[in-house]
Amino acid sequence: MTEATTAPAVAEPVSTTDARVARAIDLVWREAELLDRADYVGWNELFTGDGFYVVPIDPDTDDFENTLNMVYDDARMRELRVGRMTEGYAIAAVDAARTVRTVSRFVPESVSDTEVVLRSAQVLIAYKRRRHDIWAADLTHRVRLAADGPAGDRIALKIVRLVDSEDAVPAAGFLL
Amino acid sequence: MNQYIDDTAPADLVAADRVAGRLYTDPDIFEREMAAIFETTWVWVAHESELATPGSFKSTYVGRQPVIVTRDRKNNLHTMLNRCRHRGASVCEKPQGRANGFTCPYHAWSYGLDGTLRGIPYPDGYEGVVEKRDLSLRKLRTESYGGMVFATFAEDVEPLADFLGDAKLWIDRFMKQGGGYPIKVLGKHQFRFKGNWKIQLENTTDGYHFPIVHRSWMASVDAETADMMSFMTDPDAITHDLGNGHSVMQMVPEHADLDVDDGSEPLQGRFDDLAAELSKSFSDTEVRRLLRAMHGTGFNLNLFPNVAMSSAFFRVLRPVAVDETVIEHIAIGPDGPSELDPLNRERLRIHEHFQGPFGFGTPDDAEGWDRVQRGARAEPAMPILVNRGSAREKTSAEGWPTSHVTDETGMRAAYNQWKRMMRDD
Repeated sequence: MTEATTAPAVAEPVSTTDARVARAIDLVWREAELLDRADYVGWNELFTGDGFYVVPIDPDTDDFENTLNMVYDDARMRELRVGRMTEGYAIAAVDAARTVRTVSRFVPESVSDTEVVLRSAQVLIAYKRRRHDIWAADLTHRVRLAADGPAGDRIALKIVRLVDSEDAVPAAGFLL
Repeated sequence: MNQYIDDTAPADLVAADRVAGRLYTDPDIFEREMAAIFETTWVWVAHESELATPGSFKSTYVGRQPVIVTRDRKNNLHTMLNRCRHRGASVCEKPQGRANGFTCPYHAWSYGLDGTLRGIPYPDGYEGVVEKRDLSLRKLRTESYGGMVFATFAEDVEPLADFLGDAKLWIDRFMKQGGGYPIKVLGKHQFRFKGNWKIQLENTTDGYHFPIVHRSWMASVDAETADMMSFMTDPDAITHDLGNGHSVMQMVPEHADLDVDDGSEPLQGRFDDLAAELSKSFSDTEVRRLLRAMHGTGFNLNLFPNVAMSSAFFRVLRPVAVDETVIEHIAIGPDGPSELDPLNRERLRIHEHFQGPFGFGTPDDAEGWDRVQRGARAEPAMPILVNRGSAREKTSAEGWPTSHVTDETGMRAAYNQWKRMMRDD
């Protein structure tokens, strides 16, 4: 395995133009667009089989298993969630807000030839019934780079840390 | 007559089996409710496990008024307005934590855990002007039952135990889901919806909506859990009006009292791995007792006006405006040795599955409530019906008006109390 470089420690920061980082950013942007299009089946295919999708409440914890989260999905729960979002029984999903999200402020946390950990900012506007809600969050993506090219790159971990995770947020019919 | 301007006394808008739609939409009624209900009766503020040790505190609200709940060095619980007596600044902006007291950030007036004013900087300007003992944080009466802590602005209201009345039996039963251990708070979800608080109050005693609104959740759980919640045609699934606005809805009557177990009920297969893990530390009897309570008790206890003890969690409502309400879904589990951690992890996962802003249940509830608020703006004098099952309601041996779990007995109980409290006289 290639030696990992870490930013933003004292070491030389890795540029977002680094080819490996650029692949991770491309994947994060593709993911964002799939979510805005509510293509949840396509979205779930971007995850590894052992991947986790997490929306924590506690801003300081990484021990998601032992704390209450808004979302803590392994492959099984993601599959069920995609079913819920697409099957047509969930009235919140049927009448969901339309969303547009911008993901930017990318900072590579660690980079190797097989894995990139990327931090970013997400600003999402959700529109429903004459009301716009703002959902601001720090994202972390752990992206596994495929040996045979970008088409096989997958998300092994996505953490969405809402700025207001400890406050009351609207109940949502979409995914962050 | 313009039906959006109506001088009818609020209490007259509630009949035995229907209420006017304007109860959800009229800002004047909302203001009166804050005074006549939320600043008059007992309002739930905390579970004792949130204030486990001396020096712990929690920020919350009684109605719209911000309060701090504390446990002082002598182990007494206090509820105090979160407002400095000098110029009104909030003295605490942390949701919970531990402290020796509270110091106002503006001019550094400092208060003890019991609200006593301890210090005023540069006190010479106050010589002959104020007495510190007159300027404690404004305190609310605080009493607890079964670990549930309530506060009230009303000095002369009945003791909490009297207000809870027959609900106390059901609080005792609810706490048995600790499986021999006390209950502790594990975490909480919070979300807001654009609707009146009473829409939520009704919902916790609304068995009728469950298979319709929660079809998506039902489709995502194992067959045993889905079967457990299939109470629509179960004649033993009943709701009691317990008096004072409180009611209990028994979805799974065989789990009403978790101490009653003839051993015939198989444990759910989904907990096999957990059972094996727990069996390393606990006896078979203890494991069975703990696992039978994984989904909590078999009922929702709805306490007027702001808290429900619902299966395996607390549901707390906070009115913000006539058309805005904040809800907390508080996860709970047994408070015992670390060998219980795998069990509490599983309880957290069960809670996440249904509850919270991204759960498989809550968003659908919230959509239903949003739609009630939007629809109720049409023809505000038109009644909201809470008459389901009123012709089959009977009195139980305990003297409680009782009907099927899908009936609206619990809502009628709550509105009856609302009507009593909203009377002008």
